[in-house]
Amino acid sequence: MSGTFVGMPAFPEAAREAVGDETLRGNLRHATHTIRDKRARAVAELDDWAALREAGKRIKDHTLRHLDRYLVQVEEAVTAAGGTVHWAADADEANEIVARLVKETGESEVVKVKSMATQEIALNEALQAQGIRAYETDLAELIVQLGKDRPSHILVPAIHRNRGEIRDIFRSEMSEWGRPAPEDLTDTPAELAEAARLHLREKFLRAKVGISGANFVVAETGTLVVVESEGNGRMCLTLPETLISVVGIEKIVPRWQDLEVFLQTLPRSSTAERMNPYTSMWTGTGGGRNGEGDGPRTFHLVLLDNGRTDTLADEVGRQALRCIRCSACLNVCPVYERAGGHAYGSVYPGPIGAILSPQLRGTESEIDASLPYASSLCGACYEVCPVAIDIPEVLVHLRERVVQGGPAVRNGNRVVLKPAGGHAAERAAMRAAQWAFTHPGALRTGQRLASRTRRLHPRTLPGPGRAWSGSRDLPAVPAEPFRDWWQRTRGGRDGAK
Amino acid sequence: MSSRERILGRVRRALADVPDDARPYEETIVRGYLREHGQRSAARTVDLLAENLADYRAIVHRCADGQLPELLARLLTAHGSRSVVVPPGLPSRWLGAVDAPLVQDLAASTAAELDEVDSVVTGCAVAVAETGTIVLDGSPDQGRRRITLVPDHHVCVVRVPDQVVSSVPRALERLDPKRPLTWISGPSATSDIELDRVEGVHGPRTLEVVLLGGS
Repeated sequence: MSGTFVGMPAFPEAAREAVGDETLRGNLRHATHTIRDKRARAVAELDDWAALREAGKRIKDHTLRHLDRYLVQVEEAVTAAGGTVHWAADADEANEIVARLVKETGESEVVKVKSMATQEIALNEALQAQGIRAYETDLAELIVQLGKDRPSHILVPAIHRNRGEIRDIFRSEMSEWGRPAPEDLTDTPAELAEAARLHLREKFLRAKVGISGANFVVAETGTLVVVESEGNGRMCLTLPETLISVVGIEKIVPRWQDLEVFLQTLPRSSTAERMNPYTSMWTGTGGGRNGEGDGPRTFHLVLLDNGRTDTLADEVGRQALRCIRCSACLNVCPVYERAGGHAYGSVYPGPIGAILSPQLRGTESEIDASLPYASSLCGACYEVCPVAIDIPEVLVHLRERVVQGGPAVRNGNRVVLKPAGGHAAERAAMRAAQWAFTHPGALRTGQRLASRTRRLHPRTLPGPGRAWSGSRDLPAVPAEPFRDWWQRTRGGRDGAK
Repeated sequence: MSSRERILGRVRRALADVPDDARPYEETIVRGYLREHGQRSAARTVDLLAENLADYRAIVHRCADGQLPELLARLLTAHGSRSVVVPPGLPSRWLGAVDAPLVQDLAASTAAELDEVDSVVTGCAVAVAETGTIVLDGSPDQGRRRITLVPDHHVCVVRVPDQVVSSVPRALERLDPKRPLTWISGPSATSDIELDRVEGVHGPRTLEVVLLGGS
């Protein structure tokens, strides 16, 4: 398996392969079911969950509505606290900025906190091309990096691996990157965690540059927040001399007080904990320079657009920018549970990925055009979303965009998208339906004809429809059209049947 | 055009269709949620803190003021600590009965030197009962963030009931965002293997919390 998502096949093809992999399905079923029940219990502990969800939604919507103002406020606050702010319009620019900043320190290796933004821009690969080695330090990211694999879940990128596979990867690959795994390593989770601890400790202790993302940036104070479990985040955020944080522009919240909402909803939604083991908050170089040498002396914040402003321009789709990357929607999704994360062809898999990737990247590629269809529209994702993103609504909206084309914004420019190929039959059927519903006479004639010939109807569809009717019953045509029945009986009021 | 101007311009154009929302932040953000969950006495709040700390595998002790030096000495001995790092402003009385050498955290101390130390003893800024969380803010009795991270054993003293709040909203009210903050809920853990929680990765694998004072 290659470490990149470039050139991915469309979702149905990728999913077909994944669904045939019984180990993968077993791993995913086990992990998602474990977390589902726990999440429900953690959420049930708070009887004001609905109000917290509503407040989170409103805070994010308000921020997005005034994003220009809050971005400038973040810049001012971080600069005032001793940090340096950089702006990156796309992935290439962000990667160039980070590579230049690392080179200016004279270092050729960095330690990384798990970060979706740096995954999204493929920072590790870009740094490698410039001779800089990036060490992932989150356990799951480490498993993915050592296994030359791709992430398949937002929170637990190695969710597709079970403990036995993880042991095998550690045994065979750790020595390539540093301290080898113990000879007698077993597959108990505690031993695997211990092996990661020993492997990474030397890297933490010598690291001069740390790279992170952030879960939240508070505009009024310039404070960044990183939520984690293992302590690898704390290591990367406090031990190096230089810290570079790459943060999507939608991560802003206006005020310090706003954290009281998300610090309650995020841990319960993601790992189903009342609180995650470690949360770090820092403001510029507040600890490093002004305090007593607590933490990095140099801090850089890279504000990343990379398709976010294009998403913001879509009045239905912009709600996807409320996402706080908790991954609750992945864990409840029946499609994700069976198809796995890789089939989504993006670092953002699952329901949120199906609406985020086609907006951040556009719907031109085969995989992105297929993602809005990677759903049964059951709505479980919307139910669990802690910021109430109506994912089914956005999915349907994006399906319309794929089939019909229309106005959109790409790279800041207004464009008119052409209808995608491959939906000719669907479009023809919709056009026929439109014609029939606007010609009542023809509709009536057609319905009567269908009723009279009902004994002759086939039970399965011919041609390309065969696959659809292979596992479904065709709806039976009634003996009498509804409108005829209504006219004859006046809705059954006369007692007639 | 700089990327800064480009991004800000894109944001403004993206929002051109939205009706102007001149309502201030205070009107838009309706905080219909609770400041804290349930009503409890101060003593009961401390009990809840102890329960939730223990639920996430922190080891909880209670002691009265006069017994603290003895308790800390006993905990460090039981852990087999051969050295203990001490924040600059920790009351000197607290570690008066400890036999193991005390290591001062100097600005010049390296992370590798810290890695040789077995334990750390600190105070805290605030503790959150509903979530079983202790928060450190780098005050003199807590020290730099690294000293509670690199050693494998952290003993944190919480003055009860003064330093205990019920909820996350109450904790944020007490904290200063300008200070480097670390929220700690149990020992280091991971859910990365089959989404099941396992304690003990990079941070201290043993977290002991001493609830000082009260009943």
